[in-house]
Amino acid sequence: MAEFIKLIDVTKCTGCRGCQVACKQWNGLPAEQTRFFGSLQNPKDLSYDTWTLIRFDELEKDGQLKWVMRHDACMHCDWPACAKACPSPGALTKTEEGAVVHNTKYCIGCKACIAACPFDIPRNNPELEKMAKCTLCYDRITEGKQPACVTACPTGCLTFGTKDEMIEKAHKRAEKVGGTVYPNNPKYETHVLYVLPAGVGASDLQHTNPNPSMPLSVLLWKNLFKPFTLIGIGAVAGGAFLHYLTKGPHKVHEKKEGGE
Amino acid sequence: MTNHWNDVQHADAILIMGSNPAENHPISFKWVNEARSKRGAKLIVVDPRFTRSAATADIYARLRPGTDIAFLGAMISYAIDKNRINEEYVRNYTDAAYLVNPDFQGPVDLDGAFSGLTGAKYDKATWSYQMDENGIPKMDPTLQDPMCVFQLLKKHYARYTLKKASEITGCDVKALEAVCDAYTSTFKPELSGTIMYAMGTTQHTYGSQNVRAFAVIQLLLGNIGVAGGGINALRGESNVQGSTDHGALFHILTGYLKYPKANQPTLAVYNEQNTPKNNDPKSLNWWGNTPKYMASLMKAWWRDADLETAYGYLPKVDDGKNYSYLPIFSAMANGDVKGMFAWGMNPAVGAPSSKMIRRALAQLDWMVCIDLWETETSAFWQKEAGVDPASIKTEVFLLPAASSVEKEGSISNSGRWCQWRYKAIDPVGHAEDDLWIINQIVTRTKALYAKEGGAFPDPIANLTWNYSKGGMDPRINSPQPREVAKEINGYFIVEKEIEDKVKKEIKKFKPGDMVPSFAMLQDDGSTVCGCWVYCGSVSDTENKMMKRDPADPTGLGVFPNWSWSWPVNRRIVYNRASVNAEGKPYAKDKPVLWWSGLKKVWVGDIPDGNGDPDAILPFIMVPHGRGMLFAAGMSDGPFPEHYEPLESAVRNTFSSKQVSPVIMRWDEKAKEKTCNPIIAEGCIAATFGSEEIKDFPIICSTYRVVEHWQTGQMTRWLPWLAEMVPNQFMEISEELAKEKGIVNGQKVRITSARNVEGIEVQAMVTKRLKPFTIQGKTHHMVGITWHFGYKGLVTGGNANDLTPFIGDPNTMIPEYKAFLVNVEKA
Amino acid sequence: MDITRRGFLKIAGGTLAAAGFGTGVGIKPAFAMPRKIQYAQEVPTICPYCGVGCGIIAHVRNGKVINTEGDPDHPISKGALCPKGGSLYQIANNDKRNKKVLYRAPGADAWKEVEWDWALEKITANLKKTRDEGFKLTNANGEVVNRCESIAAIGGAALDNEEVYALTKMNRALGLVYVEHQARI
Repeated sequence: MAEFIKLIDVTKCTGCRGCQVACKQWNGLPAEQTRFFGSLQNPKDLSYDTWTLIRFDELEKDGQLKWVMRHDACMHCDWPACAKACPSPGALTKTEEGAVVHNTKYCIGCKACIAACPFDIPRNNPELEKMAKCTLCYDRITEGKQPACVTACPTGCLTFGTKDEMIEKAHKRAEKVGGTVYPNNPKYETHVLYVLPAGVGASDLQHTNPNPSMPLSVLLWKNLFKPFTLIGIGAVAGGAFLHYLTKGPHKVHEKKEGGE
Repeated sequence: MTNHWNDVQHADAILIMGSNPAENHPISFKWVNEARSKRGAKLIVVDPRFTRSAATADIYARLRPGTDIAFLGAMISYAIDKNRINEEYVRNYTDAAYLVNPDFQGPVDLDGAFSGLTGAKYDKATWSYQMDENGIPKMDPTLQDPMCVFQLLKKHYARYTLKKASEITGCDVKALEAVCDAYTSTFKPELSGTIMYAMGTTQHTYGSQNVRAFAVIQLLLGNIGVAGGGINALRGESNVQGSTDHGALFHILTGYLKYPKANQPTLAVYNEQNTPKNNDPKSLNWWGNTPKYMASLMKAWWRDADLETAYGYLPKVDDGKNYSYLPIFSAMANGDVKGMFAWGMNPAVGAPSSKMIRRALAQLDWMVCIDLWETETSAFWQKEAGVDPASIKTEVFLLPAASSVEKEGSISNSGRWCQWRYKAIDPVGHAEDDLWIINQIVTRTKALYAKEGGAFPDPIANLTWNYSKGGMDPRINSPQPREVAKEINGYFIVEKEIEDKVKKEIKKFKPGDMVPSFAMLQDDGSTVCGCWVYCGSVSDTENKMMKRDPADPTGLGVFPNWSWSWPVNRRIVYNRASVNAEGKPYAKDKPVLWWSGLKKVWVGDIPDGNGDPDAILPFIMVPHGRGMLFAAGMSDGPFPEHYEPLESAVRNTFSSKQVSPVIMRWDEKAKEKTCNPIIAEGCIAATFGSEEIKDFPIICSTYRVVEHWQTGQMTRWLPWLAEMVPNQFMEISEELAKEKGIVNGQKVRITSARNVEGIEVQAMVTKRLKPFTIQGKTHHMVGITWHFGYKGLVTGGNANDLTPFIGDPNTMIPEYKAFLVNVEKA
Repeated sequence: MDITRRGFLKIAGGTLAAAGFGTGVGIKPAFAMPRKIQYAQEVPTICPYCGVGCGIIAHVRNGKVINTEGDPDHPISKGALCPKGGSLYQIANNDKRNKKVLYRAPGADAWKEVEWDWALEKITANLKKTRDEGFKLTNANGEVVNRCESIAAIGGAALDNEEVYALTKMNRALGLVYVEHQARI
């Protein structure tokens, strides 16, 4: 299997949220009880039952109004902090296609992945004590289908293809529209890329991490402690220990906007 | 749509005005974006609100709700001044050169009115062309005669300068000019521009004239009949195209045949009055075939009756009386309408002044609702509706209907593609499909009249009704959509020989043979056809609506073998206007069709009418064959003229006619109290200069969002959609919010002249709405969706409890898009 | 690897569609599919919401719709769906749907579940009574009108062509003139 990338061209997103529903539909995720909080964005945040969310940001720069809708879901890191941090074998796996896939059967609910993720993606269900997030529709892409969100997208905002092809496409498009590719860190590769519009940086938008990196704590954990914990102190305690270690590295940009 | 969805990809400029396709027709953006990436098309969005369609547009311009004609008039004026018109097209394919009756006068001469205005009605005698001795309109091909349509148009729109339009619309002159420049650039023959419009255009007291303004622009630019062009009405319901094609409106029969009037007592008189005459040998005058379509329809309905008897069975409407949606409810409020069927329709939320509508429903003896879920209409008598059930005498039936995957049949999209849907599962519970229910009512009513007799039973007793395998016993009778489809297409009922004039051969048909095309329909009762525009959809061997061949032989996204498109599988109507007199396409890189001189045939799309190039005029549905810049058929004038909405705090500076002079004014009856109290309360309006207007200074517009649909009857019951938009909300600018002390998410109350208690909704304070400066004064605007009511997983304030009860004089479509309200913290 | 838009069998080409006339549907089981929809029947349908007319495939197993998604073969939508079209699954699987015939007597404060036969008998009796009482053979000018102005029929845009055609035919045969639907508003 080749390695794939999902490209999100924000300049083409009209916020129709076809992807948000397609994700729920394919993955059998129930609706949440929501309420209006002043924005079209709903649910307000990702959750155990919401793996894909369109985030709405109203920006005004130099008198120019920009209404940016951004498809937010797992970034499918090439070297995924969540999987590295996970103490339970099989609960979080990086596949050769580039998808980072969770398996609730093996999840022990330690929340180590949540603490480790540089993009604040995995979500916990406190009742079930399990985590969940976007799987890049691993069950579809391995059968030659596109992820459900990409299939649903009408505007050409979401496309899916081989890694090299998509990287090239992202940079060409960014050049054409005068925008940027996000994340754009050769040392931190992801299997999801964005093209952001001209004049809009990742830091202008909610829930982004302009400079993603592997948390030091995860590196420490991975290399020093993890090998022992499963044998020794037990996975749950290990996870909790990790959670303690990683209280710091949350750098996700929480931007609160009026309106959208 | 004159064109179709895939065709949008061929546009060089896309004007989205009066619609919001990113939200209401989201998949169209696939083709909008295709045009942008492949052709470098400019996307222009004109809307009072910065919508999701505007979010990715190249040019966005704001206008005050209800000022479209001022805006578009400026564009017409701009095109004429800068000579950005497709001259050859305008001269040959439009009525620009026709000379108009010398007694015709327009708003320039008559202070905002056209000649013939008496009271609230026009005598249209002067709205006519001058005819030569052969009965063909006189022409001045130089377009210089002061009475030619082009000069009259020029004179009319000379008043619509950019500056004047800017003052009225509130649109910045630069933005207005940028729109005019970008869109009129498509006047070059090789370029095309498309206009995508919807209810933002039509829901005004001059909504039809808004559409006419688009037509004038498209004709001047040579954009009709060409790929990437057209006037494209984006239909809001999956089969609103088909239901209109099949005559579900008071003023038409199937296939847009005019509805018979009381003063047309016989079919002969009907045909005489409704078959347009034309003496120009180049004009096909397609409506000249009216008697054939009418005879075939009569035979479809009453097979065993002769044509005149069958025509006599049709109920007749009084000439000049309107039986449309608003008059239904005013008649209901008066107690004249006593029973009602509502097939998937929810007027308790969807109709204007819906609080009044619900009071009118309570006047009914009985109501039958056929729907998938409980609607506000079916539940208008419940406590949630704010009424005492004991006081409501109406008997109500709610019949469970099958959903689209629980039955089979075809639906027609905006692009006129008739697509078959297959049955996936059985209906849930006791639900049945609508055809089954209709069939039950018909067969049982037939039996009842046969048994008991009654008022004029003949049309029921003799109604041809044979769609079932189980005979007429309603218990086992199972109607087959495929049988109905055959009747819609039409078939021969006697042996017939017909000369095919194109192929120059005699074709023989026997009873039961499908009619292959409407050109073969007969006026002598030998053919049956339920809807002539669908003739050709079903052949002897196949139902073409089921076709699923994704081949695209021309590479232009035409897909001739995917489903079937009316008429005669033509994908772009008026396509003869895409070629010049030699049959060569104006746009060589996107030819709709072309004449192969060698083979002497048309290649490409199905041409509008046969014959050599230049043998016929392209606008075959128009009696004289040329596209109409001067539309005498309109009730309110042959050229669009700016008036203000019924409720507007802005003075009309074009003339002293503040509102359209020919609209039906329930509000005046309400003011004079010359109507019953239900109407008096529900029709009151805050008109310009009235007492009421002081209390309602804010412009309000209603609209939809992508997550919900219509009255919410098919979306507020779906958990995933309810999750995304769980409450009714009101969009409000930061400026007005500040003035009113309203913060984002806060509860607010919106009131109107018809509803002083108002509705409670939540505020969405946004940068996407801004105040308008009109004639030096600030005018604020708010907007709300009309998706909410008191039933469903999510409920909320009903927008139509605020809207005015007033309609367009041509269509009676209500003015939902521009009315006045007040807003306060709740 | 080249990802095709549709990694499975085409449902029905032109020839299959032709063969489908008057007979069953050209529905084939899918193969090489994700487990969720493996061996499910694929039934092509068109979205019931707006007028774009997007293609949807309903996956059916044991008489239940188990999945709905955009039809990648469809020339207009090519698999894309907005959130409404994407929610079709919840129309087919929805515990709030009307599943019984409901009747509300004059003055009653609640629905009562009734049988089709009972309801249809009562509806047609009401219809006949109101029609017979209000039927007009002539108008004020003495012109023959043969109409019933005391009954209105609204709706049709959510119905199939074959249904709305039959509805128009029924309405006009009954003599109705108050015949309107969504196109007007």
